Amino acid sequence: MSEEKSMSEQHEIITGIEAPIYLKYNFTAGAAPTRFLAQLKKGKLTGQCRAEPGAPVYVPPRGSCPATGLPTEQEVEVSDKATVQSFTIVHIPIPGNPIEPPFVVANLVADGANISFIHLMSECDNAEVHIGQRVQAIWKPEDEWDYAMDNIKYFKPIDEPDVPVEQIGKLPVTGLEG
Amino acid sequence: MSQPDILNQAFELGFTYTRSTGPVVGRFLTELKKRNIVGIKASDGRVVVPPMEYDPDTAEALSDFVAVGQEGEVVSFAWVKHPREAHPMDKPFAWALIKLDGADVPMVHCIAAKQESDVSTGARVKAVWADDTIGFITDIRCFELVKE
Repeated sequence: MSEEKSMSEQHEIITGIEAPIYLKYNFTAGAAPTRFLAQLKKGKLTGQCRAEPGAPVYVPPRGSCPATGLPTEQEVEVSDKATVQSFTIVHIPIPGNPIEPPFVVANLVADGANISFIHLMSECDNAEVHIGQRVQAIWKPEDEWDYAMDNIKYFKPIDEPDVPVEQIGKLPVTGLEG
Repeated sequence: MSQPDILNQAFELGFTYTRSTGPVVGRFLTELKKRNIVGIKASDGRVVVPPMEYDPDTAEALSDFVAVGQEGEVVSFAWVKHPREAHPMDKPFAWALIKLDGADVPMVHCIAAKQESDVSTGARVKAVWADDTIGFITDIRCFELVKE
């Protein structure tokens, strides 16, 4: 057959194919995160705890206390000031996100909360980010608020003294000064 | 505070892989783009479609491409009553093993037919090409039954 001839007539040889895999989920927030997100839509960062004095406050809440398994029925407003518990500097972009690498992703503990959440840090010198650093939320304009943690664009360092490591995650809602 | 409705959101996680085809599968796809179907000759003389890179018995690299026909015979099939999103057709169809004329090994593709009873083992089918061929297995849009 004239295969060799027909191959030579062919200019474009196939060397690769696209083989994407898409996993489609329907994410349901659940009762406790729904309450958290509803407050976030109003510009408030809330945690939840067991209804007893001194119970640990979880931000974001998952509905039950991991220490006891009891429901976290009490809602507590926490500060939008937080402390850096740990962080990493990321050098690859997030698909669909305009943030430019290198950027900082940090575990932050809000004042009044006892566990950390993950968020971005910006308006900072990446080389100077450190554990115990004080930061505050930079919110999107109010008319853009939705049921989403990215109502907070990022956290920005503030001029407050570092929190000693042993006190991170133990500050009252008023912060170190309180 | 009143309990808001439970929140739901669609979420898609995508792995946007590309794959290198290599010289053998690449040749197969290149030929599909030209509306040809090629197989490869194994050490025992069998013609394997789609072509494979290494001999199934000796593991030697294979390179002896052979053009095969665009018609063939249904070796076996499974009727899909309720096509899913990833399927090649949005109405009921058959997945089938089709042994093309000149090939010794059947290949998997789909058959467009009105109903399950129209498809049978041993039935003759022929390739239907896509309007635009790009060098992908879907360049063969489907097979359809050859009216005897």
